[in-house]
Amino acid sequence: MLRVENVNTYYGKVRALKDVSLHLGEGEIVALIGANGAGKTTMLNTICGVTPAAAGEILFRGEPVCALLPDRIVKLGISQVPEGRQVFKPLSVEDNLELGAYLRYRGGEGKKAIHNDMKQVFTLFPRLEERREQLAGTMSGGEQQMLAIGRAMMAKPKLLLLDEPSMGLAPLVVQEIFRVLERLRGETGMTILLVEQNAKAALKLADRGYVLETGKVVLEGPADELIENAVVKSAYLGKSKN
Amino acid sequence: MKRELLKFLAFALFVCLVPLACRGGYLINVLLFVGINTMLAIALNLLLGYAGQISLGHAGFFGLGAYLSGILTVTYGWNPWLAMPAAAALVGCLAGLLGFPILKLRGHYLAMATLGMGIIIYIVFNETIELTGGPSGLSGIANLSIGSLTFDSDCKNYYLVWFFALVTVLFSLNVANSRIGRALKAINDSEVAARVVGVNARLLKVQIFALSAIICSLAGSLYAHCMTFISPASFGFNFSVELLTMVVIGGLGSVYGPFLGAALLTLLPEILRGANDYDIVIYGALLVLMVMFMPGGLVRGFPELRRRLAKRKGGVEHA
Repeated sequence: MLRVENVNTYYGKVRALKDVSLHLGEGEIVALIGANGAGKTTMLNTICGVTPAAAGEILFRGEPVCALLPDRIVKLGISQVPEGRQVFKPLSVEDNLELGAYLRYRGGEGKKAIHNDMKQVFTLFPRLEERREQLAGTMSGGEQQMLAIGRAMMAKPKLLLLDEPSMGLAPLVVQEIFRVLERLRGETGMTILLVEQNAKAALKLADRGYVLETGKVVLEGPADELIENAVVKSAYLGKSKN
Repeated sequence: MKRELLKFLAFALFVCLVPLACRGGYLINVLLFVGINTMLAIALNLLLGYAGQISLGHAGFFGLGAYLSGILTVTYGWNPWLAMPAAAALVGCLAGLLGFPILKLRGHYLAMATLGMGIIIYIVFNETIELTGGPSGLSGIANLSIGSLTFDSDCKNYYLVWFFALVTVLFSLNVANSRIGRALKAINDSEVAARVVGVNARLLKVQIFALSAIICSLAGSLYAHCMTFISPASFGFNFSVELLTMVVIGGLGSVYGPFLGAALLTLLPEILRGANDYDIVIYGALLVLMVMFMPGGLVRGFPELRRRLAKRKGGVEHA
């Protein structure tokens, strides 16, 4: 589905990603974990073209997407739920969702299909339907996160990139959101790349995981193995006292 | 949408009936300027209010429209109806070309760049004397005419200008409620988020910049053909700032806000003329008060003010 090979990304002179390679199979949930500044967000932004890679190759379903602009990449079927949600605060919930389908309107897809997808988002997140007229900025953090995910869904992506969906949310809300992600994969076969600091929750949900450290992949493997790995345990999961 | 249309029709009717109420020729002339300024303020509002991109050089586009129309008709003998779209097309292309490098900048830097652009255009008007007549201006510009009807009086010109202004209002209503309008607001709120939902922010910003310049150019052409005389003084930096003030005072990101701002800032100096030397003090004080108590602009200010007063009376009522 997605194959990232030896990607290097720079911010000015600072190399934020150093020869990073990773891959995602169809319908897989993969977690990308690591500390602050490890390059997790940069990885997502590089995949979707916001901070293009200086070297390396990114193939999406066999097609190179490395040199494309973000809107072309969205059109090919990669959507991002950005860090800190980034919903359009002065716009209503409904307008936010419609913006998610921005390129589909232009592609000449009927309003009906888009409307149906909005209904689907509402069945996934009933709370959004109750608030469809409300301005996004006036909702709680959890609701905004739901909206950000819903907005990404509206583009009908084949690959969903999530950047710290649990950030700043109450544990119960995090649980709810992770449950929805699981349901999403079950119902639509969505492929998901999940960036998280909440490593335990992410690895529980994911099939496989990668550990990033200062721009390099230092560990990779099946999620249940990573959870048991001593290094991961001490660095990211918190040591148990015994 | 139906309600919006009714509102627009009421507004159009109001505009058509106003000249009947005021017989005096002078007032009509001022109201004509309200029309031109409304077009300009709407153009700037598309850029500033919706897309969140500032421009301190819009008077330049206004002037370019006026001068291109003037030069094409006076020096080259074009039909004014041809000169107008030709000028608009040229200005649109120029704005598109300038927009690509300029709109990569943000905030203060964008303000600086557009400021420079406006000043350069102003200098060109002043210095290319054989083309524009320089500081002494360009005169003898033909009036517009349809068949045997020539727009040569204030009253006729009023209807001509307001016809275009109303079309502009209708157009901006359409943009505001469209997918493009949503995308512009998205860019205004968070450019990164707009880009990851698939909005080509860079291109869209340039497009709206060019569109805004085209509307300004049309207003400039109308100005030239109505006044029959133009000089660089009307297109300087001060006027760019005045346009910006109109949009902010009227209400950013609203359809009728720019009209209210344009009407107020055009009429106020005329009303205050009676106060002699104190007019500028009152003018300034009024603007300061408005920004303080109606930060959302006139268009949102009155309902807001009423709510606040009601709250004060009600005491415990929560917002």
